[in-house]
Formats: sequence, C-alpha cells, structure tokens
Amino acid sequence: MGITFSDITSSAPLVSLVLFSFLTLIVESWGKDKPVLSYWVSLLGVGVSLALSFGHLGAGIPVFGGMLLQGGFAGYCNLIFLSSAFLTILLSRGYLERMECHRGEFYILILFSTVGMMLMAGALNLITVFLGIELMSVSLYVLAGFMRKKVRSNESALKYFLLGAFATGFLLYGIALIYGTSGTTDLVAISKLFPQLSHNPIFLVGCGLLVVAFSFKIAAVPFHMWAPDVYEGAPTTVSGFMSTGAKAAAFATFLLVFVRVFDIAGTSLSQVIAVIAAASMIVGNVTAVAQTNVKRMLAYSSIAHAGYMLSGIAAANVEGETGILFYLLAYTFVNVGAFGIVSIMERQDDKKLNFEDYEGLSARRPALAVLMTIFMFSLAGIPPFAGFFGKYYVFLAAVKANLTWLAILGVLTSLISVYYYLRLVVLMYFREGDADLDHSVPRRSMIALAIAAISIVVLGLYPSLIVDLTRSFFKI
Amino acid sequence: MDSHAVATGALYGYRNQKSSSTNNFFESSVTLETFLFYTLGAVSVGSALMMVTRRSPVMSALYLILNFFALGGLYLSLHAQFIAFIQILVYAGAIMVLFVFVIMLLNLGDEKKLNERFSWKKIVGAGLSFGVLMELIFVFAFSKANLPPSHFEKATDIGTVENIGMQLFTTFLFPFEVTSVLLLAAIVGAVVLAKKKLN
Amino acid sequence: MELQPYLLLSAITFVIGVVGVLSRRNAIIVFMSIELMLNSVNLSLVAFSAFLGDVTGQMLVFFAMTVAAAEAAIGLAIIISMFRNKQTVNIDDINILKW
Repeated sequence: MGITFSDITSSAPLVSLVLFSFLTLIVESWGKDKPVLSYWVSLLGVGVSLALSFGHLGAGIPVFGGMLLQGGFAGYCNLIFLSSAFLTILLSRGYLERMECHRGEFYILILFSTVGMMLMAGALNLITVFLGIELMSVSLYVLAGFMRKKVRSNESALKYFLLGAFATGFLLYGIALIYGTSGTTDLVAISKLFPQLSHNPIFLVGCGLLVVAFSFKIAAVPFHMWAPDVYEGAPTTVSGFMSTGAKAAAFATFLLVFVRVFDIAGTSLSQVIAVIAAASMIVGNVTAVAQTNVKRMLAYSSIAHAGYMLSGIAAANVEGETGILFYLLAYTFVNVGAFGIVSIMERQDDKKLNFEDYEGLSARRPALAVLMTIFMFSLAGIPPFAGFFGKYYVFLAAVKANLTWLAILGVLTSLISVYYYLRLVVLMYFREGDADLDHSVPRRSMIALAIAAISIVVLGLYPSLIVDLTRSFFKI
Repeated sequence: MDSHAVATGALYGYRNQKSSSTNNFFESSVTLETFLFYTLGAVSVGSALMMVTRRSPVMSALYLILNFFALGGLYLSLHAQFIAFIQILVYAGAIMVLFVFVIMLLNLGDEKKLNERFSWKKIVGAGLSFGVLMELIFVFAFSKANLPPSHFEKATDIGTVENIGMQLFTTFLFPFEVTSVLLLAAIVGAVVLAKKKLN
Repeated sequence: MELQPYLLLSAITFVIGVVGVLSRRNAIIVFMSIELMLNSVNLSLVAFSAFLGDVTGQMLVFFAMTVAAAEAAIGLAIIISMFRNKQTVNIDDINILKW
C-alpha cells in the first residue's frame, strides 16, 4: 500500500503537471509583478505534460492502490484537457493584458483545475471522483471571478459558486447512498456488484443524485440555468476553458461511472438520460436563436452540444463511447477557438460582444473571419469539419441502441442551430459594417487559433485516426 | 481489548447477543442510546429549522454551530470518535468562525444591509414540496430489506484515531495528498479574490 | 438502535438545507444552508460506516470536511469581493442572477 515509484512513473503527466503548478506558484511569489514568468512556466508545464501524455495511450493501469487509472481512456482524456489548457493559456495573456488584470495566479489556477480534470477522468474510486470535481470547481469559481473590479465577473463567480456547491451536496449524498448499499467506494468492486444492486431502490436513488450532480457540471437541462450567466460574466477565455475542459472532464466521469461501471444500457437510468439529452437539445438550440450577445449564444450552444453528447451516454454502447470521445476532442478545439475570437473582439466594459459588432469583419480582418467561419461551420456540423463526424458517431450510436427518436430529434435541432451559427458568418461576409480592432492581435493568439483550426480540419479529414485509437480502449 | 469492546458496546447499547440476553443491565442501556439519539436528533432538527428561518445571519450562524455540536454527539454515539472531534474542531471551530468573522466584516457599515425580508410562504411551499418528495423516496426505498446487514459490533474499533490515522496513510494516502493540492488551490484563490490591494 | 432512524434524521436535515438554499436571499445564509446539507450527508456516511463496520465512510467524511473548508474559504472570498463592488449580499440585487 501507499505510493510506490512505479505509481509515479505511470502517472507522469499528472505528477509533472502538479510539480509545474507548484513551480509556477514559487516563480510567481518570487518575481513580483512579472506575470509573464508564470505564463512561460505554466505553458512549459502543460507542454511537458502533453508530451508525456502521448506516451501514455496504451493499456490503462490502476495506480496509487487502485485509486486512479492511468493510460488508455484516461490518457486520451488528459490530451483533451491539456490541449484546452494550453490553448487557453496562449489566448489569455493578450486578453488579460488588454483587460488590465494580468496576474500570474490565473495560470496557477488553470493548472490546478486541469489537475482536477485529470483526476476525474482517471478516477477508479468515488473518493477520487469527488476530490477531482472539487479541485476543478474550486479553481474555476475563482477564475470566473478573476476580474475583481468588474461587477459582472463577481456575480458570475457567486452564481457559479452557490449552484456548484449546491450540486456538491447532491453529489455527496449520491456517493453516500451508493456506498451504503454496496459497502465500498471502489468503482471496480461496485461494477461487480451492479447486477444485484441495480434492483435496489436506495442504490438507484443514489445513482439519480449522481445524474443530477453530473448534469449540473455539464450544463444539461434542467440543470443548465447557471451556464449562460456564468459564461457571460466570466473572463471570455475562462468561459472557453469551462465549456471545453470542465465539460469534457464531467463527461469523462459520467461515461466512466454510468457506462463503464454501472452498464446502464436498456435500464430506466438510460431512459432518464435520454430525456435529459432531448430537453438539452431543444432548450439549448431554441433559446440560442433569440440571443443577441455572442457569448450567450455560445453558452446556449454548449447546452445543446451537451445534449448531443448525452445521447451517446444514453445509448451506452461502444459506438456511443468512442463517439463521445471523438466529439469531446473536436468540440474542445472548436469552442476554445470560438471563445478565443470573441475574446479578441471584446473591449473593456463588455463592449463589442453583440452580433452586429461582427458586421463586415471579413473586409478588415480576413484571417479572423476565416477562422471564425471554420469554427461556426464545425459547430453547425457541416461535413468537411470535425463537428460533423462527432454528431454522426453519437447519433449512429443512439440508433443502434434503439433510441432512433433521439437521433432524429438531434438532427432536427441541429438544423435549427445552422441558423444562428451561419447568421454570424453572413454578418461577417455579406453585411457592410465597421467591425475592426483597435489593437493588434498578438502572434501567440493567432498561433493558438491556427492550431485549433488545423486540428479541426485534420480531425474532419481523418476521423479514423482518433476513432481507431478510442476503440482500442473499449475492447472487452 | 475484547472486554473493553463489550463494555463500550454496552454503554452505547448495541445488541450484543451474548450479554443482552443474559443481563438486564444491558437491556436498559439500549434505551440510553435511544434517548441520546432522540435528544440530539431533536436538537439538530430544531437548530436546522431555526437556522433556515432566522432573519439575521449571526443568529443563523449560531444555530448552525449548535447543529454541528448535536451532530458531533451523534457521531460519538456511532463510535466515530475521531470524526466527532474533527467535527467540533474544524466545522464549529474553524469554518463557522470564518463565517462569523466575514459577517462581522461586512456588517461594519449598516446592519440592515445583511438582513432580508423573506416570505414564510416560500419556505413552507418549498419545504412541503421537497419534503413530500423525500418522504416518498424514503418510504419506498429505505425499507430494511434494501439496507445492508448490520455489523455494528465492529464499529468500536474503526473510528479510533489510531485506525483512522493508519488508513489515512496507507489505503487513502493518494486522496490525502490530493486534498493538499485542493487546499493550496483554495489558498491561492482566496488571496486572489479577497486581498485588499493587489500589487 | 437501527440504521434507519439515522438515515431519516439525515434526510430531514438535508431537506431543511435544500429549502434554505431555495428560499433564502442572503448569500451568506444560502451558503450556510449548503453547509447544513453537507453535514447531514456526513451523518448518513458515519451511520453507514458504523453499521457496515467499514472505515471508508468515515474517510469520506474526513475528505468532505476538507472540501467544505476549501469551499468556505473560496465562497466567503467571493462574497467579500462582491460586497466591495456592490455593497450587498442579497442575491435579488444581482442583475444577471435570475433563477
């Protein structure tokens, strides 16, 4: 028992990221008023961890006395979180400098919350799930309120915090009931007991409470009401990070607990999740149409995307699992990129955030307009881009699991979404306007956007690269 | 050790097959535990109700502290000594002091700012609807058949400081390390948000 | 004693906490109601732990307390930073907060 040397080498991406977050903290306390140092150290830390993660995609092995799974599924999810963190750090520096709140603690908190996400994706024990979710959330509460002088940022943090802590109560109650009926918090042991436990109403109540808590974290209807306000008030790059990294982490745990461990295929829990998925698609897409603020539109669109991905969990088959993993990677690049462009367009005091502020952007900033078009096409699910294949795999999985109605609903609501995504493209290209920037875009931000756009195109052209990899995690 | 366990068990009145059938004293001590449970339970429910319905946050905080003490007593009756003391030290002693401290800090200007007008209708409505829901769940789900068989006789050994410490640094070493990162994140976050002047 | 009374007590206080969160407007009292919810779950966990004869439940309580301490520090810091800007802790006064 305890921690051995081989535990540490097998979880190198996680351990190195923790060490780099400590290093960033030390650097930040030494070099007062030099947040640039923290920026470089944190970027290096995420880069090292990302490089190490590529070597940990083989078979998953339990480490730390069966508390954590490293490699395989968890290794792939780490890639998602680390890419999201890497791009967010690149995009944030210029944004925070313009908003006059560039401080090194920002990067430390991004690293801490990424550590929490990695714990969630690799959890083999409900205690690890709980601590991972809390580490991620506590850092995100602070990041949402990072612009201390802005009232909207304060309010966003308070709303996120109160509702997040409320959801923690349900999560803990769910864990307590599952522990009480199964006598253990070890997910492997629970999965062996699941056939007997699935008829125990107390256990099912516990699972229901977990569904509530996870649905809150992924912002699925009816637990979505925080998302638009929090995304709107938080610093824009943080909204991008929350809607990708945090959402991906919650989905990874959702998948791990409800499909891998509890095998909910064909049970009443799968029906409940299917209904939540349907409601999220409808509410997210219909409300997004009415938005005038681009940040809010992206928030409602993220609710809709949570609905699409949930249909893969409701299907609970291998196609659904691989589909969600592909979808999450594609969605991460798309949404970090889209929020990144919004952060470049934004001025102080929440100006230039509306649709009409993008009119005629293509004439003056053609590069930004092209990138935004790629992101919007991918979000809408138009074929050459990665977003299309994500939806395709997830809906295919739903059809295979006899949830055809859910797949049809998904396609229909996607058609609605084309309207508001393409509206932005039309405004940028076919409308006369004076959309422009009063500052030059830093090169590092353009590099981040280019990485995101290239990844989307490559994933769209060669989806089998990822699908073959993810399928290998789920061989029985 | 065994005799000690029997004696403690008798004090708190778990049904020890051997002793309860032979000795009347042990039978009567069953009521002691029941008495403790109902007294502390009533205090905890009462203080919870008072906490939710007080207008002033200071009163709410004081009732919450009372609730935590009642829970600490219940933990002792469940043989969870370590958790009981941590409950008093950390919850009542540290977290609630922080609450009271913040209330005092914000209260400097105008006391009325912290008080609120609230409607009893809302509380009663929410309470009734949610309470009925929980009652339904409880009646249908929490039948004895669905709960695990009782091994209460083992409870005396697991809640000791020795055992908890042992477990914490062997089986649960990894989550223990994770909490250190969590607390560090909380420290950084609290400083970022609440420090009066940055730079 | 049986296990059920403990679980019932825990469920009752949990509901009181939920009602407090849903009906109160003062952010500090809402937060205290959340603490009440977490505490009532802790009672369930300790009771389960005692009746199962298994230590995991008490370890979970230990970790839940750590989390509660971290959340208290962050939550109160958020409340302070908002009070500095708006001179209020009433969630009805928050413009974008409409739930």
